Amino acid sequence: MSAAEDAHDHHDDHHHDHGPEKGLLRWIITTNHKDIGTLYLLFALTMFFVGGAMAMVIRAELFEPGLQFVDPAFFNSMTTMHALVMVFGAVMPAFVGLANWQIPLMIGATDMALPRMNNMSFWMLVAGVLLLASTLFMEGGAPNGGWTLYPPLVLQPITVGKALPFAIFSVHLLGISSIMGAINIIATIFNMRAPAMKLMDMPLFVWTWLITAFLLIAVMPVFAGAVTMLLTDKFFHTSFFNAAGGGDPVLYEHIFWFFGHPEVYIMILPTFGVASTIIPVFARKPLFGYASMVWATASIAFLSFIVWAHHMFTVGMPIAGELYFMYATMIIAVPTGVKVFNWTATMWKGAMTFETPMLFSIAFVVLFTLGGFTGLMMSIAPSDFQYHDTYFIVAHFHYTLVPASVFILMAAGYFWLPKWTGNMYNEKIGQLHFWLSVISVNILFFPQHFLGLAGMPRRIPDYAVQFADWNMISSVGGFIFGASQLLFLYIVIDTIRGGTGEKVSDEVWEDASKHSLEWTLPTPLPYHTWTTPPASVPTEHVLDSH
Amino acid sequence: MTDSISKKNLKLARSLLLVAVAMFGFGYALVPIYDVLCEWKWIERDRPDDIKKVSESAYKVDVNREITVEFLTVLNESTPMDFHAEVKQIKVHPGEYHTVNFYAENKTNKEMKSRAIASFSPALISKYFEKIECFCFSEQTFKARETKKMPMRFVINPEIPEQYKTITLSYTFFDNTERSVNN
Amino acid sequence: MNKEKQLFAGLILMALGLGTAHADYTLNLMKGVTKVSNDIYDLHMLILWICVFIGIVVFGAMFYSIFHHRKSKGHVAAQFHENTTVEIIWTIIPTLILVAMAIPATKTLLELSDVEKSDMTIQVTGRQWYWDYKYLDNDIHFESHLDEASERVHRTVGADPRSVPNYLLNVDKPLVIPVHKKVRFVLTSTDVIHSWWVPDLGWKKDANPGFINEAWTLVEKPGTYRGQCTELCGRDHGFMPIVVIAMEQADYDAWVARTIEQQKQKPDLSDQSRQQLMAHGESVYLKNCVGCHQIDGAGVPGLIPALTGSAIATGKWESLDGFLRAGTSKMPKFEKLNGKEFAELMTYVRNNLGNKVGDELQPKQTALPDDDE
Repeated sequence: MSAAEDAHDHHDDHHHDHGPEKGLLRWIITTNHKDIGTLYLLFALTMFFVGGAMAMVIRAELFEPGLQFVDPAFFNSMTTMHALVMVFGAVMPAFVGLANWQIPLMIGATDMALPRMNNMSFWMLVAGVLLLASTLFMEGGAPNGGWTLYPPLVLQPITVGKALPFAIFSVHLLGISSIMGAINIIATIFNMRAPAMKLMDMPLFVWTWLITAFLLIAVMPVFAGAVTMLLTDKFFHTSFFNAAGGGDPVLYEHIFWFFGHPEVYIMILPTFGVASTIIPVFARKPLFGYASMVWATASIAFLSFIVWAHHMFTVGMPIAGELYFMYATMIIAVPTGVKVFNWTATMWKGAMTFETPMLFSIAFVVLFTLGGFTGLMMSIAPSDFQYHDTYFIVAHFHYTLVPASVFILMAAGYFWLPKWTGNMYNEKIGQLHFWLSVISVNILFFPQHFLGLAGMPRRIPDYAVQFADWNMISSVGGFIFGASQLLFLYIVIDTIRGGTGEKVSDEVWEDASKHSLEWTLPTPLPYHTWTTPPASVPTEHVLDSH
Repeated sequence: MTDSISKKNLKLARSLLLVAVAMFGFGYALVPIYDVLCEWKWIERDRPDDIKKVSESAYKVDVNREITVEFLTVLNESTPMDFHAEVKQIKVHPGEYHTVNFYAENKTNKEMKSRAIASFSPALISKYFEKIECFCFSEQTFKARETKKMPMRFVINPEIPEQYKTITLSYTFFDNTERSVNN
Repeated sequence: MNKEKQLFAGLILMALGLGTAHADYTLNLMKGVTKVSNDIYDLHMLILWICVFIGIVVFGAMFYSIFHHRKSKGHVAAQFHENTTVEIIWTIIPTLILVAMAIPATKTLLELSDVEKSDMTIQVTGRQWYWDYKYLDNDIHFESHLDEASERVHRTVGADPRSVPNYLLNVDKPLVIPVHKKVRFVLTSTDVIHSWWVPDLGWKKDANPGFINEAWTLVEKPGTYRGQCTELCGRDHGFMPIVVIAMEQADYDAWVARTIEQQKQKPDLSDQSRQQLMAHGESVYLKNCVGCHQIDGAGVPGLIPALTGSAIATGKWESLDGFLRAGTSKMPKFEKLNGKEFAELMTYVRNNLGNKVGDELQPKQTALPDDDE
């Protein structure tokens, strides 16, 4: 791997202290954590619109009952690709981008630990996503068996054309990219921290990413293994999931969700970290319960490994398994509850102001909690026999991903872009973007609870007419939400190109430097930061012993 | 970065990479782990390989109890066979040995290798259902147009808990000709 | 933050089951018609109200704070950042609530898993894309396909779904069960994973190829209950509904006798007019072929061959007949069709879907000797 090269390479780092390369080459060969962070974020934003366009196709087809625009197989491709693109192309890379920018800044490190590998993991991500996208143009279409890729469906000649091996190879690339990114993040946090910063001084964003990185290393290879088994079952006559050869398709579901459940936490833990970073700044108060936040994150991560089969209560497990997975899943509500209570306590008796990042963060706490409530409801196995694979589930996981992860990613954009670029975004347009998003996201997803409870299964291109009204409302919400995000695109571009033109202070937000290190650096940030590590670190968010 | 930190980074990266590789292996290790968890009846019902051949033992026949055993015969898609049991169901006493004949016909003009997969309802019953002879123990080879009479000899262990009155045993034949390991 | 308050109103509204837009449509989970489905409904309501209560407390505190603890109102930030007592309390209380929830949930789960002492057994087989039902106690065996009216409309751009009663939720042959009897289901599949769900019965269960799953129901109220496949099973996953009719025992017995009688009947092999052949052929096509070959016979590029202009479809009818009976690695063998249906289907395929062979095949030509048995 490139790790070996990095050993020789790091000397060069001192040489390009003078600044970035000029032109396009800068972006291709860059090893600077800020450049790579930018690449990740811009790539994720692009994929957010690609995946979003697919969602618009889905909502357009579901706008009315009956056949509208797309054939059912293409519809299935859209739901499959929408999920894969959003998970592996948008949300995960966006958080890696944030990690690239923020972790070195927040822990007083000059750069990421393994800059060459950092560059490689980004380009591998691009290759992986392009490979995945290329299946859209293949004979037989893109994968259409759902993002979970359950056999025997995905292996069926009448279901999937030529796309399967490409999709699987793409998953391998994405997996390797994520694992390299995770290794880099762990090495950075462990080895590159300013000597003054102890583990329990680290900002929560750093903590949550550290835990997420371990999750990635633990489960991405398992997913890679599962899809490799699919590949050999299809082309090399192995029988991991084929009953005829002594295998079992349900085994795939177990392996997949052993990866899949931690995977959903990979998308939400860094979200918690960003929220825990933003809320104290605008409440002008230290984060409440720093230590319990760290422990809650760690316990959620641990629990994520032992609850996987709650995604498959209806698969026909013996009662012992059903009971165990029900109880284990219910326990997750406790640490998650602690987090929500802590955020509320952080706001309590603060001196709050409501700039766009704070608005998005508050919406995150409220709407993520709604998603958490439905999650708690589904943990009750008998009830899940009714909820499973209906729009109730679709509503649940979109509440925990869109107004949670995606909102927090936007909050992070508003929060840190001024620091990164030295330009202020337009607060009025930012607030307009927030209000449009928060209203439309609820028009989009809230009715889906009703649809699910009334009996509408997920992943269907057409539905009975009694589901028509709420589907239409949901689609309208979807179109407004989709269009509103163009405002975000405009704001990002506008801010990079100068924004409002007002001078941004080093702190950007009032007293932000009390909370985290990056605000003590000059604005806009120089190309290289923390060449000398900070002598002291902010400690107001940690225990009284400091 | 100083040299010592670089070395530390590389060392850590290498160990983490090893963890990742080990986890890839763990993904594969989940296959045998799954079999064990299934044997415990914890996350899955019965696996085809759970139903092992046992030798005949002298159970005391429990004439006071009668259990209905139903047979389901299923053909997976594109398995060009005929397949049925000689009886739909029989009533047996625990401890009593029975033989039921199954008939399967290859409807093609080519040699066919098929495997029958057994599955039980109620799920937890399989350990009391002991087979002395069964066509499901191994892959079956059918010559072109061949019809086979396949006896299945079994006994229900008298230790079977009281509440079980009906057992459904399903066999699904899968055409395995193309992927057979015995080719 | 009015939006969140509105959401709350929505949630409470949902809890009360108010605001129904249609008579047959609720915002909330259905109570269903079995004891288990009612137990599940109670569990659902209990946990929903607990969530509403927690929501009111937490969001209440949050919005109080958002309203009062603002910098613009001159509020000065306190600097506390931990309180062990409070933190212990808000760990313990949720734990207790969860324990309290787990008890009734466990009870219902145990009840659901007890398939013993059933009065009858039905084998449910999921197939792409219909259900196959077999009554183990009396040999009744039939396939249950989406009804033809829905089939035509959902495959036609611009057709009006509202013109079809129970659009996409109706089948040609519904499953019939008696009320007040414990009916056991054994579920399996012969291709991919399907899942059998009728909301009014309170559960869904996956149908896995090669393995059987079990479930049971005991319906108290006669009626027609509709559901759908709930595990993605390919292109027509959305088009394999389930209809269960629960009847009084006497009606059920009559239905059984009638159905057995019908099953014994031999197919009518008398000659048909071309129009009849084409009309019946379309029905056979819509049940058995349309899922893959599409309504216009165009197939799916790269996956499924077109019938329009196909050499096999328009060649000698004897070879087409042999082809259909033998099946291929992608296409099941259609042995289940009788000679009459073969004649109708082949006449339709050869003279519609853009084909014009011009022949017409009569049942007597295509019947095998055992069709007359």
